[in-house]
Amino acid sequence: MPESANNVKQILGDDASGTQYLTCLLAGEQYGLNILQVQEIRGWEQVTRIPNSPRYIKGVINLRGTIVPILDLRLRFDLPAEPYSKETVVIVVRAADKKGNERSIGLVVDAVSDVIVARDEQVVCTPEFGANVPTENIIGLVSEGDEMVMLLDIASLLELDADEVGVTGG
Amino acid sequence: MSIDMAQFHQVFFEESFEGLDVMESGLLNMDPGTADVEEINAIFRAAHSIKGGSGTFGFMNVSDFTHVMETLLDEMRDGRRQVAADAIEVLLQSVDVLRDMLTAARDGGSADEARVKAQYSELQRVLADKHSSDDAVADPVKQASAVVPEVQPVGWKIVFRPHPHLMRTGNDPLRIIRELATLGETSVNCDLSELPAFEEFEPEDSYLSWDLRLHEPVDKSQIDEIFEWVEDDCDFAVVPVMPEGYDPAAAVEPPAASDQAEPVAQKKPHLTEVPPPEERRVTDERRNEAERRKTPAAAAGGSSSIRVDIHKIDALINMVGELVITQSMLGMLGEDFHISRVERLREGLTQLERHTRELQESVMQIRMVPISFSFSRFPRLVHDLSSKLNKKIELKMSGENTEVDKTVIEKIGDPLVHLVRNSLDHGIEKPEERLAAGKPETGIVRLSASHRGGNIVIEIRDDGRGLPRDKILKKAVERGLVKADDNLSDKDIYDLIFQPGFSTAEQVSDVSGRGVGMDVVRRNINELGGAIEIESTPGKGSAIIIRLPLTLAILDGQTIRIGKETYIVPLVSIVESIQIQESMLNTVVGRGETFTLREEYLPVVRMHEVFGIEDHDAKRLTDGILVVVEGEGRKCGLFVDDLLGQQQVVIKSLEANYRKVEGISGATILGDGSVALILDIPGLMRLAKQGGARTRAPLALTA
Repeated sequence: MPESANNVKQILGDDASGTQYLTCLLAGEQYGLNILQVQEIRGWEQVTRIPNSPRYIKGVINLRGTIVPILDLRLRFDLPAEPYSKETVVIVVRAADKKGNERSIGLVVDAVSDVIVARDEQVVCTPEFGANVPTENIIGLVSEGDEMVMLLDIASLLELDADEVGVTGG
Repeated sequence: MSIDMAQFHQVFFEESFEGLDVMESGLLNMDPGTADVEEINAIFRAAHSIKGGSGTFGFMNVSDFTHVMETLLDEMRDGRRQVAADAIEVLLQSVDVLRDMLTAARDGGSADEARVKAQYSELQRVLADKHSSDDAVADPVKQASAVVPEVQPVGWKIVFRPHPHLMRTGNDPLRIIRELATLGETSVNCDLSELPAFEEFEPEDSYLSWDLRLHEPVDKSQIDEIFEWVEDDCDFAVVPVMPEGYDPAAAVEPPAASDQAEPVAQKKPHLTEVPPPEERRVTDERRNEAERRKTPAAAAGGSSSIRVDIHKIDALINMVGELVITQSMLGMLGEDFHISRVERLREGLTQLERHTRELQESVMQIRMVPISFSFSRFPRLVHDLSSKLNKKIELKMSGENTEVDKTVIEKIGDPLVHLVRNSLDHGIEKPEERLAAGKPETGIVRLSASHRGGNIVIEIRDDGRGLPRDKILKKAVERGLVKADDNLSDKDIYDLIFQPGFSTAEQVSDVSGRGVGMDVVRRNINELGGAIEIESTPGKGSAIIIRLPLTLAILDGQTIRIGKETYIVPLVSIVESIQIQESMLNTVVGRGETFTLREEYLPVVRMHEVFGIEDHDAKRLTDGILVVVEGEGRKCGLFVDDLLGQQQVVIKSLEANYRKVEGISGATILGDGSVALILDIPGLMRLAKQGGARTRAPLALTA
């Protein structure tokens, strides 16, 4: 893709003031994840279900000896569920939660699309609009060409403690 | 040159806290009057290291304080002061103050100034108090000012024996003698007896030694100053020459130490026994090191480093070596493999398996430390508490060398303190009471640790009055925990003390009785995957028995299957697994399904309901298997589809990246790389009791 080549040039170029975001697709929308928090991208694999966990927690996998939970972003944001296909990817992200503990979690998305660079002033605040995603999980918006990219707040997705999430049954 | 000293701080603090523990246990072992020189030496060395270290790192308050303690210890060591109970007590308190100061220094805070000052003057008082308690010679610090005036020596006798290499260090005995002569009239007597035959004579060596007499009552420090440069390279002693008529018994050789020269004092041999100073110092250090290794580390909870016996590391390296050999053997075999060599391949794989297992065991060994790390604080605790409570209590410990996982040591400390305090406060009676009951005046608390099966068993046993069964029951009824007419066994009643906020102490003391604790104790022990039990005989005593898994990293598990899901049940929780008959089942109204096992009614926990598993095979209880498990003293039967096998599993944390899940204690990775969850039996029972996610009827768990 010429576009992404451009972007890579931008990344490698002098313009170091921006932040790089990995963008992914979810129900036709573009979402961005701070690339420094992305640990790796994996294909979908069978998980071990955790009893009595929220619907969007698919289970846990063995990531080289560490137990990592897998969260389906579609279900997390109450989007219609899709059967997992070959393109379904799991983005493993790592960030500090509210208490400052570093945690890893795998996010199930439809597909990974691109890497973009956005400077802080390009990020606009989330309007209080009827978006698919609750605004507390969004840092802001960036326009990329004629598309809109929603930048996800990874730390907020890591808050999985029972009292905050609520057990909705598996 | 600036070196960042902060990088050494951690080591310094760690060693200092270890040193404090050495001092403390040493002081506790010391009997007034009959002190063991080795013991005092050990305490002295610990104090000395702390002083030296704190001075280097600029914690001057610590080094000043330690210095006074050291002075006191030095006098005891040299036999110039009797080891009085009073002094030991003061030293013990000083150890506490010192610990506070070090803690404050480590955490960047400041210690309680007033307390430090008070303790400092207390030490000074004991130091000054010497004349009442002993008649030996003076304390080196004050010798010049305080003691010397009483009996002024008229001169000094100096024995100076340079080592052969003295001149090679750039010193000249002649210069020293000349220097000495400037202080006053001297008479010099040279000893030529060491002079070798001419052909063996080494011109650069010194063979002469001198007996010098200084007929001038100068200050001893002036003499020391002259010999300062050569004190490491010679044997040297200064003896005061007393005026005639002076009691010769007191004219023992005074110490060679000046107040800043403890290391010198240590090195400087007396004339009678003259090992070369170097060698002696080295052995001292070695002994010090050995002692440090033997003695408990700081009890401080979360220290992140661990001291490992060198033998364990050697064994590990050995094992890795073996593994590498096996690997290269297999590698060679693989390079050109032929089916005829399959036998060798199998051999190699067996070897690999054995080595891997041994390696695993060795690695686990590294985390194992003797439980004495945890036990070591109890002699002090008992010593302090028994005097506070006016009771006579003897502590007997056994099995201190039992090794347990480091995490266990860290977490078991506080619960143990709590339990021992309870024994002292509630268990052991006052001496009069004991005598009246026909028991010896001194109560005995036994603390023991041992390996039993795959568990560590820690017992706290006292010969006191036992648990007050009726009082506990009355209290529990008052609090509405049980009904008066409930038919409870003794065990059930004793178990009640683990309820939050439960205390039967008539009077809340600062030792115990606030009722915060036993529930915490039990929780801590459960967190470690252990169990706690109480035995008690009225009037005879009680015992608390704690069972802990040997290691927290690995567990023996039974793999079970429910539908397509696999779970691990810790083998320790399993009582038995049975296939039940229709006749054993009964449904108690309001209590759900139960089954009878040897006259006991046990509830059935349908795992697929509790965990919401849809495609389970066994629909009827008689189709599947009931795994009878026990947790927190309760039993129940887990209804599962199948038992798969037993295996050792490595415990992985689920909480690290996810959160705590009720009924699940952790996760593990199976041979095929998939994750299996490990069941937490007490948690699972709670979950089932609450109705779980979809349990049909709430289950009341029978005891």
